[in-house]
Amino acid sequence: MVERADNQSPPQAEGWHTNGEEPAVTLDAFLSQSNATAVRLEPDEDARALIPHLDRLALIEVAFPKFRDGRGYSSARILREAGYAGELRAQGDVLVDQIAYMKRCGFDSFAPEKDLNPADVEAALARWPEHYQGAADGAVPIWKLRHG
Amino acid sequence: MYKYDEYDHAMVAARVAEFSDQVKRRLAGEITEDQFKPLRLMNGLYLQLHAYMLRVAVPYGTLDGRQMRMLAHIARKYDRDYGHFTTRQNIQYNWIKLEDAPAILEDLASVEMHAIQTSGNCIRNISSDQWAGAAADEITDPRPWAELLRQWSSFHPEFSYLPRKFKIAVIAADEDRAAMRLHDIGIQIVEKDGRHGAAFYVGGGMGRTPMIAPLIKDFVPLDDMLSYAEACLRVYNRYGRRDNIYKARIKILIHELGAEEYRRQVEEEFAHVKSLGIDPPKAEFDRIAAQFASPPLDASASDAIDRSDPDFAVWVDQNVAAHKVPGHAIVNISLKPVGSIPGDASSAQIDLMADLAEKYSHDELRVTHAQNIVLPHVRKADLHVIWQELDAAGLATPNLDLISDIIACPGLDYCSLANARSIPVAQKIATRFSDLGRQKELGELKLKISGCINACGHHHAGHIGILGVDRKGTENYQLSLGGSGAEDVSLGTITGPGFDEDGIVDAVERVTDKYLAERADGERFVDTYRRIGMAPFKEAIYG
Repeated sequence: MVERADNQSPPQAEGWHTNGEEPAVTLDAFLSQSNATAVRLEPDEDARALIPHLDRLALIEVAFPKFRDGRGYSSARILREAGYAGELRAQGDVLVDQIAYMKRCGFDSFAPEKDLNPADVEAALARWPEHYQGAADGAVPIWKLRHG
Repeated sequence: MYKYDEYDHAMVAARVAEFSDQVKRRLAGEITEDQFKPLRLMNGLYLQLHAYMLRVAVPYGTLDGRQMRMLAHIARKYDRDYGHFTTRQNIQYNWIKLEDAPAILEDLASVEMHAIQTSGNCIRNISSDQWAGAAADEITDPRPWAELLRQWSSFHPEFSYLPRKFKIAVIAADEDRAAMRLHDIGIQIVEKDGRHGAAFYVGGGMGRTPMIAPLIKDFVPLDDMLSYAEACLRVYNRYGRRDNIYKARIKILIHELGAEEYRRQVEEEFAHVKSLGIDPPKAEFDRIAAQFASPPLDASASDAIDRSDPDFAVWVDQNVAAHKVPGHAIVNISLKPVGSIPGDASSAQIDLMADLAEKYSHDELRVTHAQNIVLPHVRKADLHVIWQELDAAGLATPNLDLISDIIACPGLDYCSLANARSIPVAQKIATRFSDLGRQKELGELKLKISGCINACGHHHAGHIGILGVDRKGTENYQLSLGGSGAEDVSLGTITGPGFDEDGIVDAVERVTDKYLAERADGERFVDTYRRIGMAPFKEAIYG
């Protein structure tokens, strides 16, 4: 199940779909073959290795084998900060209580191993009125709102 | 003091709503304890031996009378009429019901307080100098810097699932009253070319592998501070060990990489992060700093103290410190009466301290990492009446920094991690040394007790440290000497084989007797230890 949340409106139940997309290849495979457009990044792999190739990537899938392993949040921000504009997917042990932070770090799609309740997803993504700090989602931080 | 604006209020309200929803889903069985655990931890809720424990954040240890009174209210309404002030300048409640947690958080939010990030593998509550804004020796008030860091680190999307917890302390004086270099990041505000900036010490900590943080950057300008902190954290989040919980703190990463290589990686990351525009403008710092402006203190107030009451005079000499404004003083309220639980205070005592703050200390209180309370801005002329009120409430023990001013973790009486009890050992030592004349003869002597190797009782940093361990099913206590959490930071050394509960009290007494026999003029215990070394003490203990 892949859920897209790439616009500002919360995902709707009908937004859940299975893509008939090209399967993501491992980082090693991607770096050694020139035609893949989708890659899967494990927590211990360096997101910066992809930076020279961002133009030809349509999907980067960041693996979360355990929700407690937060390396993927840094990977996501690094990719967005480098200008990656394609789909950035969090896959694995992705829980409703993590997706708001994931979205802030630049993820725009979610492939949780265990299905999420769409209403919970909607509530979680709508939870935070503002944000204290800048991140990769383009949100205006509170300090900027205070000082215009 | 910092006052919330509409944004701060909205953020805390959102968190209360979120956690209420999470508790509801947990109580309904929709999420497992395994999934709930990191969520409740980020809201300060631990499952302990007997009940849930709630840890409430006191940012940089500062609070006002209204907030203090709310802490008493929570103790009275939801707990057993007392609270426990912690070595992280927070307060925790030991007997909380899960279903009450959302209501408690709402009560806290009504006075601009919360339990956000007081546990979990995230950036914890920022700690600071309990005399900030009042100390004669500070170059500036460190709290605006700490507040800037508090906001940056609150709900940080990238750093909420770190390899391990992350503690930051900020000070602005050479005298270190916050154990700054025993934090994951210790920041000292320093002056260079007429400007203030942050010296970053990174990779300190206690726990089972104590380390003193090395200096990573001697001067980070205010404009770069958050970017620099972000770079420090990003390197840690990416490369800190996650294979072993005991090796997951940043101190291990820096130890394994070396300070030089860690610095290189941080500098490289900083060069990139700085381009992202995450540092607020000076106007935001100024907005915050204005709220920490010194209260109106009358510098022409009398410096005279009527010392005709001898008990009062003893307390003044021990528990009152110099204020930067003439005619004023800093009052340190000891939560360590002989035989008590270090750091505990009843609802009535908490209310009284709130009253005194409102009446005599410009509505300010501080919590100290030594588990005491401070009234930072008191007129010397009011000291006697304050002392009388404290004394009537059992809060005037004149033992600040003496051997009975013990730091102790909750230990096996409460904590699910502990191997041994800490509280009874603290009580027995305080009782053994209850004679105040004897304590004063021993002078400054920081005794710290942890009930397990996680070192919440800071035993590594004790002039005398005690570590409770489990040895073949019985509680055993190891003794260490020569630690310090102050500007003369050092880690204690274990004396040798451990002791049982009574044996450790005897051993402490032999150590202090040896000190009295060996000390040179003006030497504190730790000075004598550093001069003569371990051997004479070992001989006195085991000989």
